[in-house]
Amino acid sequence: MTFREFLNSNIVIFDGAMGTLLQKNGLVPGEHPERMNLTHPQVVQSIHRDYFDAGSNVVCTNTFGANSLKFGSDELEQIVCAAVGNARAAAEQSRGSQQKFVALDIGPSGKLLKPLGDLDFEDAVEVFAQTVRLGVRFGADLILIETMSDSYETKAALLAAKENSDLPVIVSCAYGADGKLLTGADACAMAALLEGMGADAIGANCSLGPLQLTPVIEKLLERCSVPVIFKPNAGLPREKDGVTTFDITPREFARSVADAVRKGVRIAGGCCGTSPEYIKLLSDAVSSLSPLPVTKKGLTVVSSYSHAVTLGDEPVLIGERINPTGKKRFKQALLNGDMDYILGEGVKQQEKGVHVLDVNVGLPGIDEVKMLRDTVCALQSICDLPLQIDTANTRAMEQALRRVSGKPLINSVNGKAESMHSIFPIAKKYGGVIIALTLDENGIPATAEGRVEIAKKILKTAESYGIDKKDIVFDTLVMAVSADNRAARATLDAMRTIRFELGCHTSLGVSNVSFGLPARDALNSTFFAMALAGGLSCAIMNPFSPDMMRTYHSYRALAGLDASCARYIEESAGFSAAVSVSASAPAPTQIADDGGSELKTAIIKGLSSRAESCAAQLLKTRAPMDIVEQDIIPALNTVGDGFENKKLYLPQLLMSAEAAKAAFEQVRLRMSGTRQQGKKIPFVLATVKGDIHDIGKNIVKLLLQNYGFDVVDLGKDVPAETICDAVKAHNAPFAGLCALMTTTVPAMEETITLLKKEAPFCRTVVGGAVLTEDYALRIGADKYAKDAMEAVKYARSIKI
Amino acid sequence: MTGVFTLSLPLPPVDESEVLRYAACFEPDENTIALLKSCTAEAQGVLQGRVCWCIAEVGTLVNGCTLGALELPSLDLRSNLSGCKEAVVFGATLGVGMDRLINKYGYISPAKALMLQALGSERIEALCDSFCKYIGQELGAHLRSRYSPGYGDLPLESQRDIFALLDCPKNIGLCLTEGLVMTPSKSVTAVCGIASTCLGSYDNPHKCGLCPKTDCLFRRTV
Repeated sequence: MTFREFLNSNIVIFDGAMGTLLQKNGLVPGEHPERMNLTHPQVVQSIHRDYFDAGSNVVCTNTFGANSLKFGSDELEQIVCAAVGNARAAAEQSRGSQQKFVALDIGPSGKLLKPLGDLDFEDAVEVFAQTVRLGVRFGADLILIETMSDSYETKAALLAAKENSDLPVIVSCAYGADGKLLTGADACAMAALLEGMGADAIGANCSLGPLQLTPVIEKLLERCSVPVIFKPNAGLPREKDGVTTFDITPREFARSVADAVRKGVRIAGGCCGTSPEYIKLLSDAVSSLSPLPVTKKGLTVVSSYSHAVTLGDEPVLIGERINPTGKKRFKQALLNGDMDYILGEGVKQQEKGVHVLDVNVGLPGIDEVKMLRDTVCALQSICDLPLQIDTANTRAMEQALRRVSGKPLINSVNGKAESMHSIFPIAKKYGGVIIALTLDENGIPATAEGRVEIAKKILKTAESYGIDKKDIVFDTLVMAVSADNRAARATLDAMRTIRFELGCHTSLGVSNVSFGLPARDALNSTFFAMALAGGLSCAIMNPFSPDMMRTYHSYRALAGLDASCARYIEESAGFSAAVSVSASAPAPTQIADDGGSELKTAIIKGLSSRAESCAAQLLKTRAPMDIVEQDIIPALNTVGDGFENKKLYLPQLLMSAEAAKAAFEQVRLRMSGTRQQGKKIPFVLATVKGDIHDIGKNIVKLLLQNYGFDVVDLGKDVPAETICDAVKAHNAPFAGLCALMTTTVPAMEETITLLKKEAPFCRTVVGGAVLTEDYALRIGADKYAKDAMEAVKYARSIKI
Repeated sequence: MTGVFTLSLPLPPVDESEVLRYAACFEPDENTIALLKSCTAEAQGVLQGRVCWCIAEVGTLVNGCTLGALELPSLDLRSNLSGCKEAVVFGATLGVGMDRLINKYGYISPAKALMLQALGSERIEALCDSFCKYIGQELGAHLRSRYSPGYGDLPLESQRDIFALLDCPKNIGLCLTEGLVMTPSKSVTAVCGIASTCLGSYDNPHKCGLCPKTDCLFRRTV
């Protein structure tokens, strides 16, 4: 019988702790337990055998930390080979007559993934893949990925298992008392991610005792359509007379875990502090129980690294602003690789209350595969919303789906055979909720019936790829009502039929309806209200439109989704404020005569929004470059002098720099699309390889941008070759290098040496806490800058 | 040596003057104070205080000392631990939430990122102080001042051994990069001698007095 067949109709008993028992048998803290497979095979086998004798159906190989980060490839191979062999030998030695399986055990890599740590996602996949391939080769029956504490790393491990084996994969995470993983994911987010990627079972282990983990298990049972695994600790460790004990007895443990089995858990075992005695009692306690069937929950869920968003009665807002269509400033940001601007759009939409961010960076002339992947990675490093990946480029879609941390929305597939056959396989592999447009080779049907027929065809094809209808959300296509006055009705009729007859969720790109007509917000928001009332599940919309947000909050209050209308009341204060802001910018009389100095004052005081509105006002009457030269730069100089004379401190310098940036943004908006901008001097900036400190670098960047340099920010932990390539590509006369650690200064020296050789035209400016002027010159830097202002001054002093 | 224990500790109230000192802002104006307050409020929801620790026997080597099975080539640490039979070895972290906030504002508001950096430094020190106070009371002993890899002649490389001893990644989600940087960044590992008498303890306000770098911008004279 295969493991999957056994799981289908049985309660599966796993083993208990390995590490604690190895320590009792001589393992010293700090040593790798996995080596005991080779040095003490009898000890390892006897522990496995005791678990089989106690009634375990599955024992896990002693390979929790067996990965290529800790062991060389030869030793790793020997360890996995011996580990699987030890478990197999134990199965043969055991007197138990139950079904017995060997699970390849995989624990966390011990590294944090980028951008929080230094392990690249693809490197993490490869680390896990090596262990998986060995486990398959030496004959494991299944894979257990366990004790995972980061959702992104868990995704890497599951992807590695799926790409390198056909074995059943069980994924179990370590939740804290707050119901979350160490890096923030809750059980709903993990269920969405892992089920989407095709895990055979999902659950919780380690960290706490069975009672404290019960809420997590109940949540998983409510959300998962696959079996749930539960392997808690024997409570918490205590020190007693120099011996570590755990505070839950085998009997209490067995009773609590059996209670969880009664609620629906299908795979049960123990983690730290448990022993064959715990497992024996657990096995006895569940022997008389029948397995509860695993039911389909039919939930349509997307997730981020932290939380899940479930489609249902509560309408989901998808922010549409990360998209270059019709936005000159956004296009410019994409062409310049200006990630700060793009991320700013994400953060602002989140502040407005959207639940998901649409990400579209397609523009002729850019490498969309790279840009989309980089934008997804950057967005999820600063924002915890689920993402909607929006591209017509299948390769870009696949790369983004690979890297996204969570279960995303996939925008989009349509009824054309080619579209379905390219999108469904990658959606199945990586998981995701797919937006399906009701059009096909014959175009967009004019009638609702035609669109519903396409929807049915899409569902049928999706099913043939193993994609459930819960993971398809239909967009019945909003057409301009100016071109066809029945267009809006056809869209809404099709939407209702799909929602209530086919039982699928729906999404609309609302703003299209008003194309070609004046006062578009009025039409958009009314159409939005009609769609919400007709059962719209989610809308791709502009959260900066006060009309749309008013409609959204009003609908929630009227539809009984807003208890005591509390949110409506809270937001309503902003409704009227929004009108007055859009109706009247700061009164001209206030700053008519003294505008220049008021902008200067705002910058010197570090008031960003004031500086922004002053600049916008001034731009109505004065030339952009005039404002830069007469107001912004003099204000920055005043602040810079204050900083040098120790009258102002770093936080104040930065607040002023941000205010100047806000003013510049207004200038740039005015100038975007025109050719008035002078050629800017490129300045390549990076934190060197091995170092992940970037605050100093970011400060230098802000000031350089303020003084008109075209900063190419390569980020942190950047190899010398990447820096050199960027300098050459941009023909940059300056490269700024930052290092904070003594251990990474050699990487700085290496970078300078390479630049001197490959790009002798480039001057290197270095800074960072551990550097001194002497040292900087000794490693060949052209300039040591003790702070950001000095770097700016130096760059401005060189005639290019 | 004992097993490794983990603990979540509540963080004490923020010491604003300490945060401003870390931000190198010695005369804050009202905007700076407002920035500090908004950062404190925003960080409140993401800060965690996790510690894992064990107690290890202290031994001496010709060139350093031992902590349980761990050999540390450091005469400075040996002298710091002199007279102590045992020491607490611990790792503490505020978790990734703080790094995420700092990272976010690194893109969109460096002033806020700077203040959050300073706040994080104050918070992790406060966490370590809380932990040392707690463990000192539990043991009924005085703890010597914290000693970390990179102090004196204790090489930064010893971080790897301390991580292996405590299994910091599994226990509190604290990892080490190839370049020996701790991630999450607002984290500390340290050794504290367990002593019967008070001597340069964790709460000694003159702890800067022990440091030979007398031209430090952050040196406390009080």
